[in-house]
Amino acid sequence: MAAVDHAHGHEHGHDGHGHHPTGLMRWVTTTNHKDIGSMYLWFSFAMFMVGGAMSLVIRAELFQPGLQVVSPAFYNQMITLHALIMVFGAIMPAFVGFANWMIPLQIGAPDMAFARMNNWSFWILPVAGSMLVGSMFVPGGASGTGWTLYPPLSIQMGMGMDMAIFGVHLLGMSSIMGSINIITTILNLRAPGMTLMKMPMFCWTWLITAYLLIAVMPVLAGAVTMLLTDRHFGTTFFDAAGGGDPVLFQHIFWFFGHPEVYIIALPAFGVISEVIPAFSRKPIFGYTSMVYAIASIAIISFFVWAHHMYTTGIPLTGQLYFMYATMLIAVPTGVKVFNWVATMWRGELTFETPMLFALGFLFLFTLGGFSGLVLSVTAVDIMLQDTYYVVAHFHYVMVAGAVFSAYAGAYYWLPKWTGHMYDETLGKAHFWLTLFFFNLTFFVQHFLGLAGMPRRIPDYALQFAEFNKLSSIGAFGLGLSQLLFLYVVIKCIKGGKKAEANVWGAPGLEWTVPSPAPYHTFEEPPVVK
Amino acid sequence: MSQTASRYFVPEPSHWPIVGSLALGLMASGAVMAMNGVAAGKFTLIGGFCVLVYMLFGWFGTVIRESEGGKYSKMVDSSFRWSMSWFIFSEVMFFAAFFGGLFYIRVLSVPDLASFENVKFLYPHFSDVWPSAGPAFKEKFTAMEAFGLPAINTLLLLTSGATLTWAHWGLVKDNRKQLIIGLFLTVALGIAFLVCQAIEYHEAYSEHNLKMTTGVFGSTFFMLTGFHGFHVTLGATMLIVILFRSIFGHFKPDHHFAFEAVAWYWHFVDVVWLLLFILVYWL
Repeated sequence: MAAVDHAHGHEHGHDGHGHHPTGLMRWVTTTNHKDIGSMYLWFSFAMFMVGGAMSLVIRAELFQPGLQVVSPAFYNQMITLHALIMVFGAIMPAFVGFANWMIPLQIGAPDMAFARMNNWSFWILPVAGSMLVGSMFVPGGASGTGWTLYPPLSIQMGMGMDMAIFGVHLLGMSSIMGSINIITTILNLRAPGMTLMKMPMFCWTWLITAYLLIAVMPVLAGAVTMLLTDRHFGTTFFDAAGGGDPVLFQHIFWFFGHPEVYIIALPAFGVISEVIPAFSRKPIFGYTSMVYAIASIAIISFFVWAHHMYTTGIPLTGQLYFMYATMLIAVPTGVKVFNWVATMWRGELTFETPMLFALGFLFLFTLGGFSGLVLSVTAVDIMLQDTYYVVAHFHYVMVAGAVFSAYAGAYYWLPKWTGHMYDETLGKAHFWLTLFFFNLTFFVQHFLGLAGMPRRIPDYALQFAEFNKLSSIGAFGLGLSQLLFLYVVIKCIKGGKKAEANVWGAPGLEWTVPSPAPYHTFEEPPVVK
Repeated sequence: MSQTASRYFVPEPSHWPIVGSLALGLMASGAVMAMNGVAAGKFTLIGGFCVLVYMLFGWFGTVIRESEGGKYSKMVDSSFRWSMSWFIFSEVMFFAAFFGGLFYIRVLSVPDLASFENVKFLYPHFSDVWPSAGPAFKEKFTAMEAFGLPAINTLLLLTSGATLTWAHWGLVKDNRKQLIIGLFLTVALGIAFLVCQAIEYHEAYSEHNLKMTTGVFGSTFFMLTGFHGFHVTLGATMLIVILFRSIFGHFKPDHHFAFEAVAWYWHFVDVVWLLLFILVYWL
């Protein structure tokens, strides 16, 4: 059967003919963007738990000086897998899940442009995830290089490294297919009357993120392919004896790696740009400047990669260029922060859980931005390179930036997804616990880094003991608090106050359909004025 | 109302994606095992590849039936155009990584290794001459001559681009004979290219002592030309499918995106070759 078309509507009833499998096969064969979005979100949360458990292994080891819990080799594996799983398994799929659920609803389309390929993009993820997790159990264990997979260490690792390489290949294929789908959906399937500059900000951020993904995931694939041939086929891309250079890998990796930061941050900006106006009862301040800011961030992100490499011996002129270019990114980012604050100015603010997470994002992400600005200064970075200051910085961006905004989005759209209101008291408790323990875990790491504690090492000098103890307590509290979120979500799916169509009184097409959103929406396009 | 609604195409649930994931999982784990000397690896890899081929036949078969069954509207056609363009862009970026590596090695890493400190303390006899296989490579090797087989290959690929366009003209004019002859010539030229490439690789290994293990020159040479050859193989396979579809009477003068997609891909492969010819063989 072809189009979702009322003339053919009778064919929907042919369940008995295997058109619409039920049970597990419904999820395996689905072409419905809502099903696929839900699968992405659950997969992401499961990986969040796995990656989180790994971070707790790290924090347990660092609870006090000396080696107590795990061997240094296993510690390195935990460092590597925690990062790879959190970046590729938890955060990115979470926002792809939001994209799947919300983009068709927000632009008034019946589904994604390529519904079958959409399903494939998802079902590659469990395969890639099991490659990464499974690499722990092969001889030699998982890759212990850190998520950056730098040679020469990555050339010397065992077969766990090969599993990481192929895992990254698969994740890249999934991301590229997902991105092509998102771009095509946004450019081609918008409802009549919805011009690009009338699009919800979340769609804008994803449109630009998808371009970034298509541009850099293949570059990462190229980089790990060179690693693979250096490991097994005798090439010498990263070996000085053969005329190559390990630093070449770092250049190619960070050409991917820096835009990757914005691949994670931009959809988070998109969610925040939906939530803050909704709870301020005002349209977003400076829509056009927001769009240009996102685009500028995306473009500049291609030209700043070597700020991750100040200590590799790049020339002084190179360091200066990359320093100034990096600082330049603060300008469009500042525009965005200004606009979010200006949106709240004289708004009728209320502070439900999504808004709390959005405000938490605003404060803490800005803090992470500032520490990033500190690190962009070459002279300072040479001191702080590979210290806990860097760890603190990027966790403020990744956790307080991406994860907080994912929570803001989840609470914001949960009523639309489930048809029930979540438990507001528990939601707020989740927010305050997360906020407190997040800062307990990571704020102290700024001090550890400034005092010179190196990262990725399982032991440390006695002077760092106090702050590490606090940080470890915070990490376990943070981990446990996330179980509360799982409880809130399950409770919300099972029941709760019935949600209206427009729960928050927000504009946007997704609020014109009933809650929960019916299985098929916008089979006939709405007209946007 | 139903006229506007049928612009959209949302397919029924399909099992092809999960078959594809199974294939990729088998191929990836098979490759890992094969590279690490596990006996089952090769068979897992081959098994995975067979599942992949089965999936491609099934999935593309479904799409072709849907297309020939008239289920794709103008909007779907436009979706296909966007997606193919961005897929090709992703391929461009994939090659960009290797070209970037080549430039870095030629401009930075080899000259650095032959610079003051390194020559003084590490590699006293190493000098910055391209082609270079690095300071530790002691054997003699020679690069491939650009104006031998590679020049012939350039001619073959450029001609194949012309015959493909001629075939397209035939399709647009509804001249089926011109379409089929043009496609047949394109496929033949593509295969001729691959044969020349195979001969060239054989010569490189047997006469020039140029191997994948010949330092950075061998690495970049075989990585770039190898991935290009792989893409030519893919393109030729797609052309063969299009050729058979043309023989079976598929495509209309105003509805033949599959043909155009393959043509775009073929021209992309062509452009990559021109860059290879200039930057890898010639300069």
